[in-house]
Amino acid sequence: MQSRLRQLCESYEELPKLSLGAPKLSLGRTAKVSMNYYFSKNYLDEKNIQQEPMRNGAGLGMAELGAQHKDVVVLAADTAESSRAHYFAEKFPERFIQVGVAEQNLTGVASGLAYDGKVPYAVTYAAFLIGRAWEPIRTTVAYPENHVVFVSSHAGLATGPDGPTHQMTEDIAITRCLPGFTVIAPCDAEQARKAVLASYPMKGPVYIRNCREKTPVFTTKKTPFEVGKAQVLRSGTDVTAIGHGYMVYWLLQVAEELKDKISLEVINLHTVKPLDAQTLVTSAKKTGKVFCAEDHNIIGGMGSAVAELLAEKFPVPVFRHGVRDVFAESGSAKELWGKYGLDKEGTKKILLEFLRNVK
Amino acid sequence: MQNYTIQELEKKANEIRQDIIKLLLEAGSGHSAGPLGMADIFTALYFRVLKHNPEKPKWKDRDRLILSNGHIVPVRYVAMAHAGYFPKSELKTFRKINSKLEGHPSYKKLPAVETSSGPLGEGLSQACGFALSAKMDGAKHRVWCLTSDGEHQEGMTWEAAMLASKYRLTNLTQIIDRNNIQIDGVTEDIMPLEPLAEKYRAFGWHVIEMNPHDMEEVVSTLEGVEGIQEKPVCIIANTIPGKGVSFMENDYKWHGVTPNAEQAKAALRELRGAA
Repeated sequence: MQSRLRQLCESYEELPKLSLGAPKLSLGRTAKVSMNYYFSKNYLDEKNIQQEPMRNGAGLGMAELGAQHKDVVVLAADTAESSRAHYFAEKFPERFIQVGVAEQNLTGVASGLAYDGKVPYAVTYAAFLIGRAWEPIRTTVAYPENHVVFVSSHAGLATGPDGPTHQMTEDIAITRCLPGFTVIAPCDAEQARKAVLASYPMKGPVYIRNCREKTPVFTTKKTPFEVGKAQVLRSGTDVTAIGHGYMVYWLLQVAEELKDKISLEVINLHTVKPLDAQTLVTSAKKTGKVFCAEDHNIIGGMGSAVAELLAEKFPVPVFRHGVRDVFAESGSAKELWGKYGLDKEGTKKILLEFLRNVK
Repeated sequence: MQNYTIQELEKKANEIRQDIIKLLLEAGSGHSAGPLGMADIFTALYFRVLKHNPEKPKWKDRDRLILSNGHIVPVRYVAMAHAGYFPKSELKTFRKINSKLEGHPSYKKLPAVETSSGPLGEGLSQACGFALSAKMDGAKHRVWCLTSDGEHQEGMTWEAAMLASKYRLTNLTQIIDRNNIQIDGVTEDIMPLEPLAEKYRAFGWHVIEMNPHDMEEVVSTLEGVEGIQEKPVCIIANTIPGKGVSFMENDYKWHGVTPNAEQAKAALRELRGAA
């Protein structure tokens, strides 16, 4: 019975063996910010930092890949311009496929191209790309392990005034539950570009999640990026704060604001699957408390993934901060962040409450 | 592939039908009517029409055969075994644990099936992807997509039908298994499909109606598509579900069930008698 249980556990998620040394990129307890990350100058200055939507970076990445590799094909579903597939389409019209308003077909055609040896990038809004075509993704891409890269725009409440139909807050949940999927949620436009470039030589299905709204670009061309390797952006000892997407930026700001009272370890968990178990468990062992922040439903998102991992490997209190199992509403991204607690102030408040409760 | 004569193809189709009955009896679950109805077309494809090489299933110039309605895969497995893709003895493992012959075809277990399929309405989109890929490469092979009539109730099929026409996928041929039945009954009761040929013409396809149980007509139709250069081709094959086994023919109740030992014996007796 016990060996059967072990077998089941081993087949589940195939976690890398844990060696609990210090994470490679962390500078240790004394350093507040790891300079290995080459952040943009004065990156914590929100007023003056360059702001750009992640979808722009993803679009640039696809256009770069098109120039490098003849087998890259980009497919769009009537949102080529707003999801930035048109950067590629303008340069490589012969390898650009416009399927119209038909996300299931987008997936099926991408699958056929991948079966035949091409590297297709299927691009549209997250709600339709992942939500509308989920079963075709499961059957025609995930099950046969086809290397199709799904690149979204318009993920999360950051989508803004289009309202809940377009604010996709379940996409991470329904991609990470599919065997073999790699799920990446970049922290800014530059990282979105790098994620797209990094996805080309990978195997199997990949999802790269991008937002519509302009958000701070705090990483630079020199900032390293490796799929599956969480980034300890700031070392700390009191609590581990994990984010993906633009919320990583709020966490860095909160860490700076609270630095005299609380030592926050900030992790950019850009790859939600496969999880970097070693980095996460190492940090949880050090701080004993984990706070996850994301623009996604708290059910099934990155916070869930972290909680699942730590429940098995090193149980500590985990708080999942995000969209609390509701459909939101129309409004500007900024207004929505404020109302639903996803801005810097809301995040800080909820983090402090969590710390009061676990002490 | 050896160039079979019409008579040899007819004989092969009968053998394939017998092996389908044996495989279904052994499996104890699966679909009977569809595989029997499509036996003539699969025989013509694997033993005459397709460019393929069972010894090199991934040969790059092969024709791609995409089976969208994966539930009729017994006829494909039997045809493939007869063509030499794997030993006939493996047919006994269909739907059993540790077999590469999954209940619905699995690309990872048997790459020669080209795609995993089962959920309906998805094959034509994938075939479009294969056809686009071939066009980008200037490749000369043909993409064949076999679909069912029932899966034309799926919107995704029509999304793909529009795309094939838009991109002038003249290297794509679809064969619809128009057997008029689906699980719950007769297609025209469940959700009418007619006028199917007119719909495809309106979607920009070259439509041919075919008697799929006349081997001469099957071969001449399938070999003739090469000459159609303007549009993607849609062959509507007016199949008889359960063809060759009188008590199964045209009865929708045989869509998703298999014969018991006695029924299998009767079916084999009838097929042997017709050989």
